[in-house]
Amino acid sequence: MKTDTSIAARAQEENWLPILELALQEVFEIMLGCRLEPASGSEHRTGGDITGMVGLAGSACGVLTVCCSTRTATAVAKHMLGAETVRSEDHVWDALGEICNMVAGNFKNKLSGMDGTCMLSVPTVITGGEYSFHSLADGGCLETTMLFESMPVIVRLDLHS
Amino acid sequence: MNKIRALIVDDSSVMRKIIERSLRQAGLDLEKIVEAGNGAEALGVLRDNPVDLILCDINMPVMDGLEFVRQIGTVESAKGVPIVMITTEGSESHVVQALSAGARGYIRKPFTPDQVKEHVLPVLEKALEKKS
Repeated sequence: MKTDTSIAARAQEENWLPILELALQEVFEIMLGCRLEPASGSEHRTGGDITGMVGLAGSACGVLTVCCSTRTATAVAKHMLGAETVRSEDHVWDALGEICNMVAGNFKNKLSGMDGTCMLSVPTVITGGEYSFHSLADGGCLETTMLFESMPVIVRLDLHS
Repeated sequence: MNKIRALIVDDSSVMRKIIERSLRQAGLDLEKIVEAGNGAEALGVLRDNPVDLILCDINMPVMDGLEFVRQIGTVESAKGVPIVMITTEGSESHVVQALSAGARGYIRKPFTPDQVKEHVLPVLEKALEKKS
């Protein structure tokens, strides 16, 4: 890993966005058996009311979020567990938290030089869409929206420089 | 293969169910599944429930998976039981730490049922052979 370049600068230089998209796509393909589709411009603006968050610390610091509607998160949980098994909100929150955790892990595992020096927090899930996200990360953010069964899933990575 | 008793340690109940399903899809005849949400809870579960196989996450609250593997020798009935880590932590240093601590296998999340089969069955067969 380069030590003379901030992690945020490295994210720009190495263009991490496609890596983040690939990490998201792989998690959905492997764990849900579903292929995500790219979103059009209008779908990029669609907000969600449930957000999974995982913190990164160490050689890369920041927060990764996965945001979607409750309907989408419920569909995700049903794909992961089977429709008959998803009986409570807890399953839906837990499933989205695990998706977020796996996207973060898969993403950092694809970056060269992280070798155990970037750690992940346990996931947190926020419900409700009436909030504003103010990250104190000063290294900019990467964000992409993809469609799961025509419903938007937004993944965002805010980095500290 | 004999009927198997397994312990699944993960702070996500969803992931515990997925791992259990993957074990069944791998063809294991599961006599009993016990679960724990972190390493400390798992040590307690093991004291009352002898098992043949342990699958364990790394990033968990209270006690993480690596510490659990280091402390498992404190439970007499769990000595020699094979542990396979299933985790998002995919770096070489984590793999080395886990294997050095005593884990016998390592699966990175996201995983397929085939990967569970590929990593768990040889480890389990070897442990059962040694036991018999």
